Amino acid sequence: MAQLDIEFCGIRSPNPFWLASAPPTDKAYNVERAFEAGWGGVVWKTLAEAGPPVVNVNGPRYGALLAVDRSLIGFNNIELITDRELEINLEEIRTIKRRWPDRAVIASIMVPCKEESWKAILPRVEDTGCDGIELNFGCPHGMSERGMGSAVGQVPEYIQMVTAWCKRYSRLPVIVKLTPNVTNIRMPARAAKAGGADAVSLINTINSIMGVDPETLTMSPAVGEQGTHGGYCGPAVKPIALHMVAEIARDPETAGLPISGIGGIGSWRDALDFIALGAGSVQVCTAAMVFGFKIVQEMINGLAGYMDRKGLASIAQLRGRAIGSVTDWQFLDLNRVSKAVINQDTCIQCGRCHIACEDTAHQAITAQRDGRRHFEVKEEECVGCNLCVNVCPVPGCITMRELAAGEIDRRTGRVVSDTRLQWTAHPNNPLRSGA
Amino acid sequence: MSEERRADIHPGRLPPQAYAAHFADHVPPLTEAQALLEASRCLYCYDAPCMQACPTRIDVPSFIRRIAEGNVRGAAESILTSNPLGGMCARDCPTEVLCEQVCVRNTEQGLPVAIGRLQRYAVDGLMAGAHQPLFTRARSTGRRVAVVGAGPAGLACAHALARRGHSVALFDARPKPGGLNEYGIAAYKVAGGYAQREIQWLLEIGGIELQCGWRLASAAQLEALRREYDAVFLGLGLADTYRLGIPGEGLEGVADAVEFISHLRQTPDLATLPVGRRVVVIGGGMTAIDAGVQSKLLGAERSTIVYRRGEQQMPASRKEQDLARIQGVVILHWLAPVEVLGEGGSVRGVRFERQRLEDGRLVPAGEELTLEADMVLKAIGQRLEAGLPSACGLAQRDGRIVVDESGRTSVANVWAGGDCVADGEDLTVYAVAHGLRAAHDIDTQLRNGRARADG
Repeated sequence: MAQLDIEFCGIRSPNPFWLASAPPTDKAYNVERAFEAGWGGVVWKTLAEAGPPVVNVNGPRYGALLAVDRSLIGFNNIELITDRELEINLEEIRTIKRRWPDRAVIASIMVPCKEESWKAILPRVEDTGCDGIELNFGCPHGMSERGMGSAVGQVPEYIQMVTAWCKRYSRLPVIVKLTPNVTNIRMPARAAKAGGADAVSLINTINSIMGVDPETLTMSPAVGEQGTHGGYCGPAVKPIALHMVAEIARDPETAGLPISGIGGIGSWRDALDFIALGAGSVQVCTAAMVFGFKIVQEMINGLAGYMDRKGLASIAQLRGRAIGSVTDWQFLDLNRVSKAVINQDTCIQCGRCHIACEDTAHQAITAQRDGRRHFEVKEEECVGCNLCVNVCPVPGCITMRELAAGEIDRRTGRVVSDTRLQWTAHPNNPLRSGA
Repeated sequence: MSEERRADIHPGRLPPQAYAAHFADHVPPLTEAQALLEASRCLYCYDAPCMQACPTRIDVPSFIRRIAEGNVRGAAESILTSNPLGGMCARDCPTEVLCEQVCVRNTEQGLPVAIGRLQRYAVDGLMAGAHQPLFTRARSTGRRVAVVGAGPAGLACAHALARRGHSVALFDARPKPGGLNEYGIAAYKVAGGYAQREIQWLLEIGGIELQCGWRLASAAQLEALRREYDAVFLGLGLADTYRLGIPGEGLEGVADAVEFISHLRQTPDLATLPVGRRVVVIGGGMTAIDAGVQSKLLGAERSTIVYRRGEQQMPASRKEQDLARIQGVVILHWLAPVEVLGEGGSVRGVRFERQRLEDGRLVPAGEELTLEADMVLKAIGQRLEAGLPSACGLAQRDGRIVVDESGRTSVANVWAGGDCVADGEDLTVYAVAHGLRAAHDIDTQLRNGRARADG
């Protein structure tokens, strides 16, 4: 039976599923329920410095992008960090950690970018007995206007500076939570590492506006007549998050730095993606907010079942296994040739593949044969782009067949080579090696 | 005592409150949530088979996509542009043998997209609210067209001609327009007075003058129309019915199914409509199904549809047969009536002879069966009023008026469509297609100024 327990930058957890710092981890009541449901850890909703608490809007804080069946595709929020007294939060963290010693309890922190602010809060947090701290350098709305959250995460020098303060004033493992609202995620990750971070977590939410009400022509969600950009998350952001995780995992300067993966994780399959691309733990928020805490049981069951099926004994044996498959475009093998194949036995004749290819791609799929509705790939036109596979409503009906070396590519008339050809060495590349 | 016996035919067999429930929509309208979910199943097929299967070529993927996008008016516009009676067709088309039969979702999911119900959702949605007219009349052409018969063919033709700016005189023999939509289709398919609501919407276009109670009964009348109007369209329907031609047909309690249904459709309080305790319906088409089912819904203890051929040959679709069975109607096959049995002048049963096929022909199988009955409804087909078309010089085939691919009859400046012509099936949607086809041809001819020139 596969073991799901992990050790993540010194923090132990019975499974890799943590609740992200967000409304679900707002207070002891929720966290207690989460641990009862089986979550391996929680990152407590971000603590602010002592003093008058943060104030939230009392109107819509959330907006959603829904599919026709109202399943949730994307989610956005403008809720700020905790609006509770620091002392209450710290006391609850202390109590929870004492009650659940085997679970990971991590405190998320956001205080002004001043050394004394961090110096003041860190010992108090450490005193709760929590397992680690996560620096919230990611929140893109509200707090960023006050020079915190993503305003810090977008300046690598600030990340390094604050991370270093945290390492100086706390013995706890420091996880730096990164914002995706940057052009190159490697830079903030490198800065975190340079500051001494024990790990990074990503992604935080993405700047977003959900839409416009067609009747009032007001952006949504709006508080009265106006709204503001919120942080976007949920299933829609997963591909963006995966890319950023993979970039940090394969960057020689940050390779090996523990990564807690966040962004659209709602099932064991999503978790698998993050772990295989280098994440040592995964954090969930949106799925819990849609389905409740129980969903972790399906994730645990699915992941353990998969690992058993694949003969993987531990998360460590799965972690990072797909990183090597990520590379730059310039290193892709230009000698590989694939052609789409339509299985006529399962084709339902909707013609989507044809019209997609005909109108927007390479005119490589027929609409008729002998005057009858018939959809078939014209190999002499097919560039292997995979569009038809993606628009076909029948799973597995259209597949890509890779031509074997020695076969003739009917589009180019050339024999498929058995040697690798990268752009770096391609004859059309004026900058090719040796040119 | 036997002379005293009267067939057991009575009104009010059900508790008063049961009628409304029995004759409510048998296929309820989709809610918004259902419509959006169902619309999401449409794949927006290329060169969609459903569109090809529709006699009026409704662009099904377009209107369903518009529903999915929350654009109900646009969906209705797409439907009604191709078929102004799209709301009626949504209710009474046998979609299971038209658009939905060829839906590609049948292959993958074993269940087609509910095209008919979605179509109804769109058109009902348009008609429910106060709406800006979808169509406006073109500038008046000064041309006048007579349309005889305000059934689906005539209505479609009149609407299309009016849109193009022609003035239409629309005649109908009955007190109300609508033809079979008003007098023939099963009540539970057009609940809520839909036929008249639709006609009201159609007439909103303007330029159509409706005259009910006017029957085309002589060649002289047609000649007068031809003289007075630039073109004439005949959507006469089939006013006559076939007779069984067996002893006992004149007994009390024997009636035409179409008459029975027509009475039912026009009776404001169905509790006052008499129905037999045991009803036997003879025939195998939609009329037979509608008569059998509605007899049962009126409270008949037993309703039996008897068809002389097998289940496979029944003109009524499989879905309709299933609907009848669900309502408790018994369908018997391979039985041909040989005598209606009476007692004291009233029907008491029907004697049938079992049939079998021999070289493709029905022959008696040498076995008889008698069904007790208080009411016998004949649904063995309708036909043109005998004599009139010949007198008018209209060429016929198989008892129907012959038209060319534009809907022209053999008489100059006279077009025809709907059930009265020998083309397509006897369905609302074919009648609409005929009406539109003729309107297009009439419009072309009138614009080219050839009206009456070759008459």
